Amino acid sequence: MAKAISMREKKEELDTVTIYIMGQGYKVPSSLTIMKAMEYAGFKLKRGVGCRAGFCGACATVYRKLGDYKIYANLACQTKVEDGMYLTQLPFVPANKAEYNLDEIKPSASTMLRFYPEIARCLSCNACSRVCPQDIQVMDYVQYSLQGQIDKAAELAFDCIQCGLCAIRCPAEIPQYHVATLARRLHGRYHMIAPDTLEQRVKEIEEGKYEKGFEELMSLSEEELKKRYVARDFIDQKKA
Amino acid sequence: MIRGYPESMRKSIDKVNKTRDKRIDQIMKDLTLEEREKVLHEFHPDYNPAYKRDIGWGQNKGDNVPNEVADILESYPIYDPDEIDLSQIDYDVGVLIIGAGGAGTAAALWTVYSGVPKDKILLATKLRLGDCNTVMAQGGIQAADRPEDSPLIHYLDAMGGGHFKNKPELVKALVSDGPKIIKWHKELGLMYDQNEDGSFVENAGGGTSRNRMHCAKDYTGMEIFRNLKDEVINNEIPLLEFSPAVELLKDENGRVAGALLYNLETKEYSVVRAKTTILTTGGFGRLHIAGFATTNHYGATGDGIVMAYRAGAKLRDLDSTQFHPTGAAFPEQIVGLLITEKLRSLGAQVLGKNGEQICYPLEPRDVEAASIIKVTKSTDNYVETPTGMRGVWLDSPLIEEIRGKGTIDKNLAAMKRMFSRFDIDMTEDPILVHPTLHYQNGGVELDEHGYTSVPGLLGAGEISGGVHGKNRLMGNSLLEVNVFGRRAGISAAKEYKRGKKPGKLTLSHVKKAIEQIDTLNLKKKRFSPVILPEYRSEAVRDRLIQLFESSL
Repeated sequence: MAKAISMREKKEELDTVTIYIMGQGYKVPSSLTIMKAMEYAGFKLKRGVGCRAGFCGACATVYRKLGDYKIYANLACQTKVEDGMYLTQLPFVPANKAEYNLDEIKPSASTMLRFYPEIARCLSCNACSRVCPQDIQVMDYVQYSLQGQIDKAAELAFDCIQCGLCAIRCPAEIPQYHVATLARRLHGRYHMIAPDTLEQRVKEIEEGKYEKGFEELMSLSEEELKKRYVARDFIDQKKA
Repeated sequence: MIRGYPESMRKSIDKVNKTRDKRIDQIMKDLTLEEREKVLHEFHPDYNPAYKRDIGWGQNKGDNVPNEVADILESYPIYDPDEIDLSQIDYDVGVLIIGAGGAGTAAALWTVYSGVPKDKILLATKLRLGDCNTVMAQGGIQAADRPEDSPLIHYLDAMGGGHFKNKPELVKALVSDGPKIIKWHKELGLMYDQNEDGSFVENAGGGTSRNRMHCAKDYTGMEIFRNLKDEVINNEIPLLEFSPAVELLKDENGRVAGALLYNLETKEYSVVRAKTTILTTGGFGRLHIAGFATTNHYGATGDGIVMAYRAGAKLRDLDSTQFHPTGAAFPEQIVGLLITEKLRSLGAQVLGKNGEQICYPLEPRDVEAASIIKVTKSTDNYVETPTGMRGVWLDSPLIEEIRGKGTIDKNLAAMKRMFSRFDIDMTEDPILVHPTLHYQNGGVELDEHGYTSVPGLLGAGEISGGVHGKNRLMGNSLLEVNVFGRRAGISAAKEYKRGKKPGKLTLSHVKKAIEQIDTLNLKKKRFSPVILPEYRSEAVRDRLIQLFESSL
């Protein structure tokens, strides 16, 4: 099916490509990201837009290229337009999130299966990993979850921005990114134990150890406080 | 293009790469307080009168603020108050929280923890749960929990960073609650980076005298938010998405008693009546103060300060805006996006076109930003991109020279990924940076329990003013959203237990505001809150027509 493209001259049109937004053709500058190109074409975005910096997962975009059989997916705010892209954005991902009380569960395979029994249906097709815009080995962390290797699952899934593309592609209907959240929280809570110094400091503050110091600092004039500030010592900051 | 950069920029990159070994131990001296003042006055946009004017009406009349802020305060409501039926109440709750970012979700959780039944809470937000600046925060969260550190040292660092104009009680609350917040986060299962001996990884930040920046790679804000969000869902807190508030409502006693919401998709309004309202709508980055690009989320349009101002709340410190020293300046597609301060924490130096250092890399943010603007505006020691953007180098490969191969993969995964999408390998080549609009330092004045100057209205997060004085330090905003979100939630629960039902709802305060705005005789009639910024191309905007929608 041929698509009509407007003849309207746009100023400063140096180098343009034609993209198709939900099937309609538009000429846009080739230097833009998919998101900025949609705005250039006249869309005021409400769904499918968020942080515009690759962190929030709102702008998962699915596309095909003219004459290419493959389905591609990426974040609209982080991907440059190409000539002949047929684009659609996911306005919303329906995926059930289990509800749990972290205090009452343990990091184990049975916990993962209890809240997300569908992980047992994983076909190992790896469609989830292939579609992930963060290049996360999604299938591997699902498998680690099944095996109860919660630490490995959590670490592999760490860079997830919860765009939901994995869940949309999964033939076994697993909501992978929610599985990842459970694994990370179990790992963070039960394996990565906070150092004692944290608890000690909380206790000191609650017992009022610093109250006198605050009282003194807060009673200083701006000039006196400045002196204190300039004179403060720095520790060697090269070590983390 | 060679490895992501055009040939014109390559020559300068070669110089940077060649001088690296010589520079590795070279430490620039930081500026004295007097030198700081000088560079700020000459080059920081806050000090340029052309970008600012006095507010023309209301409780902060005469305060000098950025033009864009004065514009939204000197604007008419986007609806007609006479057309709103306040007798039909759509949601009747104990606690309304407006804005579901870091501060809003923390407030919602602590409202529940403090005993308010979940069905008496409403969390309403402009876009999705978690469409906020919190998820974009990369570098870290400050908390003074090491033996060589203390809340008092943290206090001093924060006060100095804020030019001693911070509200002391708020800073005390911020630094005293820091360790408690990290403890809470660990109970929620946050994966803060730890060293092999089990201690937290804690880095320096600009203007800090101790290492107290806790982090989760460079997804710190994301990791915090993912956990808060998961808990909001686990606790079944009623949530309304794509429903920004467009005005606060009051009752006949002058107490804030809910809000008018607007459904972005169906375009209908709804009325929320609430005993207590917590405003957590975030900052104003998308107003593009002084014409700068921004690191901020799409929804950061300063709606909260407009609504609070019309309701009579006192604002403060809005004369100062934070420009992050390092926003991306190349490639064009990501101009303005955040390059986390953590790069400089880990050792990256700031360089001119010939590969020599131009300033101490860890000055407080405003000083660092002004020092970079000085180079791009008053010298020829900058690099220009093919689209005419000026920038200076941030020597990212130096990080691995200092701390070993793999440091960037392990600590800066998000940054590395962003640049690799545009064929730039930041472990091999430096990245080009320029200051970018980052943070609203001031806002609605709070006390240390989260109360504003108007009864019934609380606040938390970037919307507030006073905590950071005239300049926020890195890592104090992720802390702030948690500390004051928590405190506002606890206060709201107290109000809930003691408060009576609000009286008859009214928009009379808005009508009074309109009368005052009328007296300004604006040349062009403006409307606010802005809700979403306008990025459609001019060609399209020129041809927009208003269809009478109910006839469609």
